[in-house]
Amino acid sequence: MKNKNYQTYILVWLGLVILTGVTVSMAGMNLGRLSILLVLLIAAIKSALVLSYFMHLKYEAGLLFKLMIPIVLAVLTIFIGLTFTDIAFR
Amino acid sequence: MSTHRDNTGSKIGMWLFLLSEILLFGGLFILYSSYRYKNPLDFHLAAWELNRVLGTINTLVLITSSLCMALSIFFIQKGGRTLSAFFLFATIFLGLLFLGLKYVEWTVKIGHGLYPNSPHLLGRSKGEVLFYGLYYSMTGLHGLHVLIGLFLLSVMLVLMLKGKLNENRFIPLENTGLYWHLIDIIWIFLFPLFYLMT
Repeated sequence: MKNKNYQTYILVWLGLVILTGVTVSMAGMNLGRLSILLVLLIAAIKSALVLSYFMHLKYEAGLLFKLMIPIVLAVLTIFIGLTFTDIAFR
Repeated sequence: MSTHRDNTGSKIGMWLFLLSEILLFGGLFILYSSYRYKNPLDFHLAAWELNRVLGTINTLVLITSSLCMALSIFFIQKGGRTLSAFFLFATIFLGLLFLGLKYVEWTVKIGHGLYPNSPHLLGRSKGEVLFYGLYYSMTGLHGLHVLIGLFLLSVMLVLMLKGKLNENRFIPLENTGLYWHLIDIIWIFLFPLFYLMT
């Protein structure tokens, strides 16, 4: 539960800043459909970093906490997916 | 007589609350994705009007505030109360900075006559009206959460300065930290979807 040093946090912060830079520069490029996918992918990676390190999920004992987020994300994906099966065919 | 403390239970409680918050914002994201699907060009054009520089700065501000939050918790566990209080104060400062920049952004937009139900906005295309409606609701709800987070953080700071938060009892700080990190994550998704859409 205790992490040994604070350097890990600084490294995670650095990673987040770099990924922010990548996202912003990608917005300037014209990639069409691919853009939204890449942008969401980078946002997902940033969130995973915050969840695992800042929010400590990586160091939590047991499965309970580590399962909560993926389950909620699966629920949201189903919500959005099912919504699109409706609106895409209107 | 010692009070019964259940740190794990306390943490589970906070996580359950965070899950409900994710579903709350998730509902708004569903709305966003549906309307974006229906009005791709309008959303694209309206996004250009938002201030990308301020948005990026705000993103970096929140990311750094998350770092300070994590460091504050790290140091209180090690007994470094002064450092912990310093980083907690830094978190609050950065949170206030975020709200300040948001205020600037909104003021500029409202000054241009772009706010929900304004005659200027209603004169525009339907997709743009939807975009701005979503922009104000989602960043507004997020800003409200930041404000509540700042209040909680201030309470934590007072408790820490009074010595009630220390290396033996820091779970309230950890739980407040979890809430603050979630606010960061929500913004991590809001930022590209409103400011960077191509």
